[in-house]
Amino acid sequence: MSRSRLAFWIFFAPVIMWLLLLIVLPHLDLLTMSFRGENDYGDPIWTLQNYKNFFTEPVYWLTFVRTALYAIITTFITFLLAMPVSFYIAKLARARAQGALMIMLLLPFWVSELVRIYGWMILLRESGVLNFFMLKLGIIDTPIEMLYNDATMIMGLVYTSMLFMVVPLVSVMESLDDSLIEAAHDLGAGHLTIWRTIILPHCKPGITSGSIVVFMLALGNYLTPNLMGGKNSLWFTEQIYNQFIASFNWNQGSAFGFLLLLLSSLIIWLGLKLTRQKLGEVAS
Amino acid sequence: MIRSLPRSKTYDWSFNLFIILYFTFLFAPLLVTCVLAFNDSNFPSLPWHGFSLDWFIADGPERIGLFHDDQNLRSIVTSFQTAFFVAILSVIVGTCASFLFEKEEFRFKGVLYFLMLAPLVIPGVILGISLLLAANTAGTFFDETFGLDFDLFRPSFWLVVLGQFSFISTFVTLVVSARLRKFDHSLEEAALNLGATQLGVVWHITLKFLRPAIIGAGAVAFLMSFENFNTTLFLVGSKPTLPINLYLQVRDGSTPVINAVSFMLIVGTSLMALVNLYFTKKEE
Repeated sequence: MSRSRLAFWIFFAPVIMWLLLLIVLPHLDLLTMSFRGENDYGDPIWTLQNYKNFFTEPVYWLTFVRTALYAIITTFITFLLAMPVSFYIAKLARARAQGALMIMLLLPFWVSELVRIYGWMILLRESGVLNFFMLKLGIIDTPIEMLYNDATMIMGLVYTSMLFMVVPLVSVMESLDDSLIEAAHDLGAGHLTIWRTIILPHCKPGITSGSIVVFMLALGNYLTPNLMGGKNSLWFTEQIYNQFIASFNWNQGSAFGFLLLLLSSLIIWLGLKLTRQKLGEVAS
Repeated sequence: MIRSLPRSKTYDWSFNLFIILYFTFLFAPLLVTCVLAFNDSNFPSLPWHGFSLDWFIADGPERIGLFHDDQNLRSIVTSFQTAFFVAILSVIVGTCASFLFEKEEFRFKGVLYFLMLAPLVIPGVILGISLLLAANTAGTFFDETFGLDFDLFRPSFWLVVLGQFSFISTFVTLVVSARLRKFDHSLEEAALNLGATQLGVVWHITLKFLRPAIIGAGAVAFLMSFENFNTTLFLVGSKPTLPINLYLQVRDGSTPVINAVSFMLIVGTSLMALVNLYFTKKEE
């Protein structure tokens, strides 16, 4: 079947405009801006100063390392929590309850992230709902501040990205044939063996795509660290925001932005390499 | 272990308890936010002072409810406008992209496909600053060469629309492509044999087949745009969208008006999600 050139161009033109003008060019601009700066007379020059600042100023690279580590921890905790939940929905819940459970799982994530974080804030803060009940029940004598520390921040990050781990895990677990588990059980395998040799290997694609999305969302999150983390728990996106909006140093901010982009691409690439998958497969 | 295998009572009960705890964790912040929107108190916290609709309908001078709060109402309108344009634009371009990648063959298709997926792995903050930089560069260029001044190139309503469109289109493309893969090509061939033109076939047959996917993707695009924060943060001008406006209020201290807005958002998005779900179920 010969296709008309006209149809091709109608599809091609908007797509190339979108990708070129809104994806490629802006990121090239980000890269060039990160190598620009001013000399002592205030003239624009090419320079590596922005990257040098990153490595010589401990605040910057420590925040960077901290952000990466916490994003990895968040991904791991999310995985640990999502695994039994998706197992329950896919393999244990009665068939009729399954659909309802899925809807209940999805609903909170259709609500803006800000509303969810705000909910946690009024639950956890010093004058919050949780403190009110604990005082009433006599568990504590004075209210404790549960917000503004690293543990709460990680809890918030896990909460906001939970869904993106559960959904791929449920769909991959549903594709696992029950008879495999039954056979293993009949042959005398224990729970641990079944998990280790059947369920986990089968779920690998779901785990990869879930982990990649959760990691990326945690790394690029701004709201949760900003509202739930303490004064000392700077997130790297906050550094970028400060450079852009507060200090108006766009060149420095671009360097930070590019470093963050590099880090996220690198870790995603590694994740795909380790599990021998392609981005296209994970996305669909 | 699973539905069909014998399980111990303890195993069943501990699993059920875990799931109940998990869903409590999921819904607690939303529930608390909704309940406290109706508390007759000046702070969004317990104790309960009785039921009141003040935070929705009071019109001053001590309390200003949501429906008399101009700033919040304006931001809601802005968010609706933004989401409307983003949904329309991304549905058009996303549909073009799925036709392009599923039906056409051309050089560098692999590269272009990779670029189309890229927004999935670019953190929203980075996308925001890149577009801010690019818009600034373009603005300076047009100003210096032609002496023209475009609003589009400054943080403004349309820049926000473009920024959100740049990554939401990817989601639309993936959803529509998945449906297009299920399309029976003999229908197209039959129409062509009967004398239809190439574009006529696309219009009357393929698009009709894709309609549920397109409507679903449009609804998702609308919701994604409505609640986007990270990308919007850097592109927003004098007209803040609802998430940005709420963020500024939450950061500077909170009043139950935020709870009232959250309540409306939770109810609204839940309804929309359920309607969307109902139609997808019906389609199957």
